[in-house]
Amino acid sequence: MLRILFEKTGRAVWISHLDLMRLFQRAFQRAGLPLTHTQGYNPRPSVSIALPLSVGIESRCELLDFALETDDVDVTKLPQMLNEKLIPGVRVLAAYVDGRKLKDLTHMAVTVTLTYDAGVPDGAEDAISALFRRESLVVPKKGKNGIIDQDIVPMIRRITVAGEGRCIVLTALICCQNPTLNPMQLASAVERYLPEFSPDDVTCQRLEVYDSSEVIFR
Amino acid sequence: MTEKLRRLLPNVQKPARYTGGEYNEIIKDLENTRVRIAFCFPDTYEIGMSNIGMRILYGIMNGMDGIWCERVFHPWGDMVQAMREHDLPLWALESGDPVKDFDMLAFTIGYEMSYTNILNMLLLSGVPLHSKDRTGLKNMVFAGGVCAFNPEPLCDFIDFFCIGEGEDITPEVVSLYVRAKAENWTKEAFLRQVSQIPGVYVPSFYTPEYNDDGTMKALHPAPGAPKTVLKRIVEDLDKAYYPTKTIVASTEIVHDRANLEIFRGCIRGCRFCQAGFSCRPVRKKSAETLLKQAKELLTDSGHNEITISSLSTSDYRQLRELTDQLIPYCEAGKINLSVPSLRADNFSKELTARLQTLRKSSLTFAPEAGTQRLRDVINKNLTEEEILSSCENAFRGGWSSVKLYFMLGLPTETDEDVKGIAELVHKIILCWKENATQRKKGLRIHVATAYFVPKPHTPFQWEQQITTEEYLRRCRLLKSYFYCKSIEYNYHTPDISRLEAVTARGDRRVGPVLEAATKNGAMLDGWDEYFNLQAWNAAFESCGVDPDFYTTRGFGEEELLPWEHISVGVTKKFLLRERKRAYAEEITPDCRQGCAGCGASNLLREVECDA
Repeated sequence: MLRILFEKTGRAVWISHLDLMRLFQRAFQRAGLPLTHTQGYNPRPSVSIALPLSVGIESRCELLDFALETDDVDVTKLPQMLNEKLIPGVRVLAAYVDGRKLKDLTHMAVTVTLTYDAGVPDGAEDAISALFRRESLVVPKKGKNGIIDQDIVPMIRRITVAGEGRCIVLTALICCQNPTLNPMQLASAVERYLPEFSPDDVTCQRLEVYDSSEVIFR
Repeated sequence: MTEKLRRLLPNVQKPARYTGGEYNEIIKDLENTRVRIAFCFPDTYEIGMSNIGMRILYGIMNGMDGIWCERVFHPWGDMVQAMREHDLPLWALESGDPVKDFDMLAFTIGYEMSYTNILNMLLLSGVPLHSKDRTGLKNMVFAGGVCAFNPEPLCDFIDFFCIGEGEDITPEVVSLYVRAKAENWTKEAFLRQVSQIPGVYVPSFYTPEYNDDGTMKALHPAPGAPKTVLKRIVEDLDKAYYPTKTIVASTEIVHDRANLEIFRGCIRGCRFCQAGFSCRPVRKKSAETLLKQAKELLTDSGHNEITISSLSTSDYRQLRELTDQLIPYCEAGKINLSVPSLRADNFSKELTARLQTLRKSSLTFAPEAGTQRLRDVINKNLTEEEILSSCENAFRGGWSSVKLYFMLGLPTETDEDVKGIAELVHKIILCWKENATQRKKGLRIHVATAYFVPKPHTPFQWEQQITTEEYLRRCRLLKSYFYCKSIEYNYHTPDISRLEAVTARGDRRVGPVLEAATKNGAMLDGWDEYFNLQAWNAAFESCGVDPDFYTTRGFGEEELLPWEHISVGVTKKFLLRERKRAYAEEITPDCRQGCAGCGASNLLREVECDA
C-alpha cells in the first residue's frame, strides 16, 4: 500500500470528496500509474482518502491511500509524476510506502478565520477568547439523521484566538476521528453564543494531522 | 475569482461547476490577447461540458494566435438568485472576469427550449439584450448550432449567425473581428463585411413582410446581403481538427467520458428527424484516424470510459475494423467502451456479444411508431421482425430490460397506430416468456412516448402538431392497453413540446415572446424544476401572439416559410417529394441503396458523399 500527502487549495477547494477521488483516479491513469481495481461486477480503481474534507475547506495535510499493479515505480518520483497530471490547487507534497494505520490518526491542527468587513468589533477578541474557556459549548451539527446538538469543548485540545487586521484567527488542535469535530463548528459556536460578534465570512484550513501523542501522522 | 463569488459558493449546490480550474483549461496571457471571446452555452455546466461541438470550437478558437476563448454556462437557479441578490454579474470560468468585458459572445444553440437561457445569460451579464442597443464592436453576440437553421425567433438579440459546422467559419469571423477591432471599425462596417463570409447570416440586413392572414409575404434582403445563406460544412473529417486534448471536468457531468465522433450525416432519412436532413451529406472518418484519436483521448484525459458517437453507429462502414482494434485496446486498459445506436443487424449482434465481456448495456429501440404502416409513413425502416429477433437474442443472452421510444401525433396517426404500440410491447413480453434464460429477475419494459414536434428542414416541416388535448387522449388510450406489471409507461408532458414547436418554426414575431417570457421569470425551461408555463402563457398574451399559429395550424406548401432563406443543402423539391411519399405510405430506401437526390452532395467539392 502506498500513501501520498497532498494539499487542496485555491479554486480546487470547491471540488467534492467523491469528485476528488475520480480526479485522482484519472491523474494516475494519465501518469501511466496503473491502480489496482476493486473486485466485483463493476471494477473501480481503488483509491481512498483518509478524512473526507468538506467542500470549501482548504487543506495542507490530505492523505490518499492506493495500490499500484506494478512494483516498478520509484516512490520518490510519484509526487512529480502526479503533479504534472493534476490541476492547480491539488498538489502532491510527498509519497510514502506503508504508512501508519489510519485509526492512529486522531488529531488535527486547523485555523478558522473570521472576517469582519468593517473591522474586528471592539471586545470581540476578548469575548471569543473567553468563550472558548467555557466548560461546555453546545453547537448544532448537521448529521445523517438531521441536526443534532453536540458539545464541542471535549473535542478541542488547544485553541488560541488572535486578531489580525479585519480578521480573528482561531488556531486549534481538535479531534478528527472518534469523535470528529468539523472545524467550521468553532465558528458556529461564535455565531450561536456571541451573535453580536458574528463574522461576515468564515474560512477554514487544515494544517497538519497527528496521533494522540501529537506526533505528525503519516 | 472575486471575493463576492467566493462567499456565495458555500451556499449553492455543486459549487465546483462555477470555478473553472479543470485539467486542460486554457489560460492565456492578457497582454498578448487581442480579442477575448466568451463562449456561452445556454444550459448548465453539466450539459454544456458534455457537448462535443463546444469542445471543438473551444480548441479551434484558442488555437488562434491572440485569441482567448473562455467558457460561460447558465447557472443553476439557486446561483441565479444569489447573483441577483448580491448584484454579481455573470463571469467566464477561466479568468473569472465579467462577461460584459469580453469582445465577442458566442452562443452554441442545440435546443429550442434553451432560448430563454440565452436571454437570461445576457441579462445576468449586464449586456444589452437587443442587438440594436449594442452599438459598438464590443459585446458582439453571434450564434451557431442546429437551432440556427431557423434563427428567426432570436433575430432581435443576436448580431449574426454562423450556419452549419463551425470548424472553418469560426476562425474566419473571428479573424475579421480582430482586424475590425485593430482598425476601429463601426459595428455596421463589421456586420457588412462579415455578411460576405459564406454561411454568415446578419438578421438586421433582412426585413420581413407579412400577409393579412399573418403568414409571411417576403423577407427583403438589404442590398449586398445574400438572398439565401447556405450552411458550411467540413469536407474531410480526417484532416479536420478534433479535440483529443480537451478539458476534463473536475465534477461529474452528464457525459463524463471520452467521446469519439465517427462520422457525420445520416443515410437513413427518417422523415421527422431534423439532424437526419440538416447534417447531410455523409462524411466518413477513417478507422485509422479514429483509433489514433481514441488512444490520444484516453491517454490524455485519463477517462476509464469512451463512447463512439454519430447519428447511427451501424452505418459506419469501417465499424468492424474500428472495433476489432478498439475492443482489445480498451480491455487491456480496463476501459469501458460504449457503442450506442446500433441497428439490429448480424454484425451488431456479434458486436454486442463481444462488448458484453466489458459491461452489459441496456437494450433500447426507437421504433417511433407502433404499426408498420406508420413506420413506412415516417420512413423509419425498423421492422417488427428486427425488433423481435433482437429481443430474442438479448433475452437468450440474459438481458431482462428493454427500453422503447415512440412518438404520438405523427402525421396520419390513427387510434389503430396507437394500439399498435401496445401490440408490439405485448409481442416483446411473449418473446421474453419463450426465450428468457434469467426468469427470476423478471422483465422490465420501459415505454416512453414523446409529443411529435414538426421541425424545419424536414419533410414534415409543414405538418400540423396535434393539440395537447388530443395528445393526452392518445397517451391515455395507450395506457389503457397496458395491463401487465412489467410495463412502465412514461409520456412527456405536452407543454414543453408545444412551446418547442412554436420556437422551432417561429418567425421574428416570436422574439418578443421570448423576451417577455424571460422577463416573467422563464429560464431553464428544459428542466422540470424550473419550467414555468405561466411565464410563457402571460408572454404570449402580452405580445398578442397565438401559439396555435405555429403549432396546430400547419404551414401551407405554397407559404413562404420563416426559415426559407437558410439552406442546409437539401432542396425544397426533395422535401416536398418525401412528404408526398409519406402520405402515400411509401418508404424511401436508405442512401446506400440508391441516392434519393436530396441535393446535399452539392455541398461537397473535395470528397464524395459517403452515403
